[in-house]
Formats: sequence, structure tokens, C-alpha cells
Amino acid sequence: MKTFDLLHDPWPWYVVGPLMGATIPLLLFWGNRMLGASSSLKHLCALLPSKAEYFQYDVRNGYWNIAFSIGVCLGAAICFHYFYDTNQVTIASATVEDLQQLGLSDFSGMMPYEIFGISSFTETRYWLFTVVGGFLVGFGVRYAGGCTSGHGFMGLSLMSRASFLAILAFFGGGMFFTFFLLPYFLS
Amino acid sequence: MKNLKFLIIGMYFGVLIIKSEALSWFRIQEMFRLQSFHMYGIFGSAVLVGSITVFLIRKYQLRTFSGQDVILQRKPLQPTAHIIGGVLFGFGWVLTGLCVAPIFALVGTGYIAAAPILMSTLLGVYVYGQFRESLPH
Repeated sequence: MKTFDLLHDPWPWYVVGPLMGATIPLLLFWGNRMLGASSSLKHLCALLPSKAEYFQYDVRNGYWNIAFSIGVCLGAAICFHYFYDTNQVTIASATVEDLQQLGLSDFSGMMPYEIFGISSFTETRYWLFTVVGGFLVGFGVRYAGGCTSGHGFMGLSLMSRASFLAILAFFGGGMFFTFFLLPYFLS
Repeated sequence: MKNLKFLIIGMYFGVLIIKSEALSWFRIQEMFRLQSFHMYGIFGSAVLVGSITVFLIRKYQLRTFSGQDVILQRKPLQPTAHIIGGVLFGFGWVLTGLCVAPIFALVGTGYIAAAPILMSTLLGVYVYGQFRESLPH
């Protein structure tokens, strides 16, 4: 049995959860901004040509959020390459069994190689999971007015009714899809 | 350079996305199948820290490091948009195994699938912006 290596192992929820929550006071006290990630997508789109009213505003006010997102990308890059020595995410055995039933057999990496791997490039399934999935994330979060950071972490901390409703929809939609639609997408 | 601090805070958040494995497709499956407490524990404890922060700011009228009033604002309530948009996002969350910040994190890890995912996410936002006026909110 390998001993826990703080520097190179993933962290348990009770360590990483409060640290993630600490992003909220860090952003508020240091930058006077509320945590959110999906607005940066809106700002990036607002840099493109569009006549839509939704994108008519001074994007400079959103640069901070774009900087934050680039930071997420950089921080993840450094951590993943130097401080994460795990080949396979340890998930519940019940989940492994469920996913095996759905036809997956490779549980290494962050995402199933059988779906997202470069060799699946020519399969319809690859494009369903990446392009349709990505489109739904982008369209859905902006329609809902926020994502897991903005509605989830920040909105719930503010006890916002809008955020409670959005979170219920995120999880309701996710569970419905997992149990009733995912099997068709995986076959 | 006033945005440098946001880059640094983003890096902090990005490190934690890796250390929490919140960008793992497998972790998201485990979460939606209610087979592990991991993601819910992260979520709950993070919101607890956020709530205490908000409570203390309101109770003691705390100010920012530079002495300004802290701006705290709830998002406007748009039930139809939260429900339809939220459910669509839930579908996308299952397919990609990613919400928005983990998409940026995945770009950093170098997984090639991050490219089509990020591009189509931006396309989704752009299309939403174009058709916003004709959608129920």
C-alpha cells in the first residue's frame, strides 16, 4: 500500500473543497469580483463580430475574467504535469461496473480513451461527445446565466434563488441524461 | 497589469481542479450516479466557505484590501432560462464530463479532445447570443 504523497497525489474532498471555496474570499477581498468562469466565454465571443445585443458592451470590463480563465489553464497545466502522478482516477467500484456494462473497459486518464482518444477520431461517437457535448455546455450555461462556479459556488454562497433553481436543473439534467440517454450515446 | 492578480487566482483555482479531479469524466459519472461523496463533499465544503465569507462581509461590513465596499450581487431570477438552460448544460456536462472551468483546465493538461470541446463550447455561447431574443427567459 502506497503512502499518501501530498505533492503528487490527488487530494481528498475535505482538503480540496475548502481550498476551492477560499477562491471566493480571495477574489472578493483582493479583486472585488465574484467567482465565475462562464462569463469569460461570453467575453471571448463578444470579441468576435456580431450584431446581437447580447454581445454589445465594453469587453474590457470582462478582461479580468478572461485572465482568470487563462490562469485556470496555466495552473492546471503546471499541476497536471508536475504534481499529479496518477494514471487512473480512483472511482467507486459501482461506477466502474456500471460503465463496463455500457461497454467501456479503459479507465485510465481523465477521460475515456475509447470515446475521446485520438484513434476514435473517425467515429461519430467522438464528435457527439466533444462537439454536441461542448455546444450544450456553452449554450446551456449562458442560457442558465452561469455555471458550476458562478451559480454553484458563488450563487449558493449568496443564497440566491436563481442559483438554487439553476443547480437543480444542472443535476436534474445530468442525472436524467446519465440514466436514460447516455446508454444510447455510448452504443 | 491590473489583471495579473486574476491570472494568479485563476492559477490557484486551476491547480485545485486537478487536485480535486473535478475535470475527470469518470468522477462526473460517479457523481451523477450517486456512487461517491467526493464531488458533493467538494461542492458542500466550498459553498460553506463561500457562505461564511458572505456572512462575515455582511455582518461586519468588511472591505476589500484596498478599502472599497465589497460588491455582492445575486443573479436575476429567470426561472424558465435557469431550467431549460440548466438541463441542457447538464446534458453537456455528462457528455464531455466537464463544466466550464474544467474545460479551461483540460486545455492546460494537453488532452487533444480539449480543442473540439472548447471550440464547440464557444460556438454554443455565440449561437445563444445570436438567438437570445427569440428564446423564452
